[in-house]
Amino acid sequence: MALRSTRLFLLVGLLVLVALASVAIGAKDIPLGDVWHALTASTGLENDLVVRELRVPRTLLGVAVGIALGIGGALMQGHTRNPLADPGILGVTQGAAFAVVLSIFTLGVTSLYGYVWFAFAGALVASVVVFLLGSGRSGPTPVTLALAGAAVSALMQGLVAALVLLDRQSLDAFRFWQVGGIAGRDLAVLWQVLPFLVLGLVLAAFNAAGLNALALGDDVARSLGQRVALTRVVGVVATTLLVGGAVAVCGPIGFLGLVVPHAARALTGPDYRWLLPFSGVIGAIVLLVADVVGRVVTRPGELEVGVVMALVGAPFFIALVRRRKLVKL
Amino acid sequence: MTGSTGSTGFRLGPVSGPLRWRPFVVVVVGLGLLVLAAAVSVARGDFPIPLGQVFDVLLGGGQRGQRFIVLDLRLPRALTGLFVGAALGVAGAVFQSIARNPLASPDILGVTWGAGAGAVSVITFAGTLGAVDGTMARVGVPLASLAGGLLAGLLVYGLAWRRGIEGFRLVLVGIGISAVAGNFTHYLLTVGDVTDAARVMVWITGSLNGRGWEHVVPVGLALALLIPAALVGTRLLGALQFDDDTVRGLGVRLNGARSVMLLLAVVLAAVATAAAGPVAFVALASPQIALRLAGTATPPLLGSAVVGGLLVVVSDLVARLAFGGFELPVGVVTAVLGAPYLMYLLVRSRREARV
Repeated sequence: MALRSTRLFLLVGLLVLVALASVAIGAKDIPLGDVWHALTASTGLENDLVVRELRVPRTLLGVAVGIALGIGGALMQGHTRNPLADPGILGVTQGAAFAVVLSIFTLGVTSLYGYVWFAFAGALVASVVVFLLGSGRSGPTPVTLALAGAAVSALMQGLVAALVLLDRQSLDAFRFWQVGGIAGRDLAVLWQVLPFLVLGLVLAAFNAAGLNALALGDDVARSLGQRVALTRVVGVVATTLLVGGAVAVCGPIGFLGLVVPHAARALTGPDYRWLLPFSGVIGAIVLLVADVVGRVVTRPGELEVGVVMALVGAPFFIALVRRRKLVKL
Repeated sequence: MTGSTGSTGFRLGPVSGPLRWRPFVVVVVGLGLLVLAAAVSVARGDFPIPLGQVFDVLLGGGQRGQRFIVLDLRLPRALTGLFVGAALGVAGAVFQSIARNPLASPDILGVTWGAGAGAVSVITFAGTLGAVDGTMARVGVPLASLAGGLLAGLLVYGLAWRRGIEGFRLVLVGIGISAVAGNFTHYLLTVGDVTDAARVMVWITGSLNGRGWEHVVPVGLALALLIPAALVGTRLLGALQFDDDTVRGLGVRLNGARSVMLLLAVVLAAVATAAAGPVAFVALASPQIALRLAGTATPPLLGSAVVGGLLVVVSDLVARLAFGGFELPVGVVTAVLGAPYLMYLLVRSRREARV
């Protein structure tokens, strides 16, 4: 217990350091002294503006989305009992993407507040469909779930392509959203989506104990007095809020939800009451690090965080697949 | 299913065996339909040409205007579609026989996405260098696509290798590699300007628009070389459908046979993608349709080729004509038709507890 809390504290400390780095490092490096100056006593200098208008919103957004995707991934892996579960691989992000494009195209929705609802609906429908397709009487296996995700993703991509090709303007907006990034969003966007993320986090917290019981199998969980169906519904709603919200703001950032829970499990073990907070903090750290790396490697240009995550996450995914036994969670 | 009713014995020198009629009939009928569909595809368009005159032109007659439209514009397009479909069909049949899984296909195994990423890099980067006309477009894009497809195929194969190949690991590694290649492609979409992006988007959806003889020839050549090679390997495929121990017991050098057949399938898929972009689901669906029509245990190679060609040509007709004045890429139609089919396969194989 004491060990775990110490580790969690250390991780939070690391997150603060990474966040500082994310504010300081970029196309224009800003000394930490100037960062402090901008945060405490801004006088409208150029560095003050860069920090307050660009870097801080971007970093805060990264923290929020990282927490959401990390915990969303942990919830998905817990509920499907599948070590390969990830919003990207299971088609949830593509479902949200299609719904967003549909809303842009048919209803002319342009504000985030308008299409966040469509992102939720798309994410929800896609996750339910994938789960139903991928699981049978014997329950879902990692392979069938991944294939169901691939099928749903492919269908969504086909439909998205059709819509986007019909409308040049949608394409121009969509192609930047589709890579997955946290650059260039202002703070207002974060405030709009924050209530949904917070609600998702609260539900996830209520879900942790139930997930521990579900990990023993549905029958055992039931005999322990768990209301299995209720736990599942709460879990799906929480996942949808977290992942759908994150995707609506940042586009599909793949593999974060896959990698983070595994790292968290290595640090804290399988108890979801600890696993969820660890996943959140590690998710935020990984996302910010990936974002900073993306700013540094192709200076003065930038590599979107979604691209960096794919390059880091895919080898991890393959290493997982290559293990002798795909451990069932 | 066939047994005494569906087959007759044959003997030809030292070779003898059962000759089954149903697969044969499927291929012949399919070829007839294919010619008809291609002819309709050539006949329909902004300047409709009666079907009779299409055949007239093909046999050397017709007016000059008609000859130009048919021979220079529409026939290459129809033939590209036909060949691409056939190549994808054969590739899918080989993949599915080897993975012993109806869900394996170049789409899922990352080959088409790798080929797409290769081609898109050339379109984007050559475009920003201002040299994407003429030779660059004609030679560079297909070559890059071929290289990308082969690279992805080899990567998937190498990474899935662990004292041999197992079907499920192949599929999962393929999904991982597809994700990387797809993400890279999406990134490239943001690099160029929006005109480039639109062209790339059309390309990665799979399109037959503006295909000329320079697209027909490479795919045709690949088919002419590789389909006979695949047919020679049919006996190996027949053996590879059994589990590993049985295959070894039958005296087949398991990993060698598998590697050669997989390489062949990867080349076919990559060449097809180079010509038309990654046309979704054709490689997945056509072997399964052919298998059901022919009533065989493993996907028949020629049947899959014919069904694949039909699928692409007919989908292209739909994409061209069904949406009023607007022409969609053929890949949209195949994706919207094919994805539900993949879902159906999943549900069915789940019930049979095969995956």
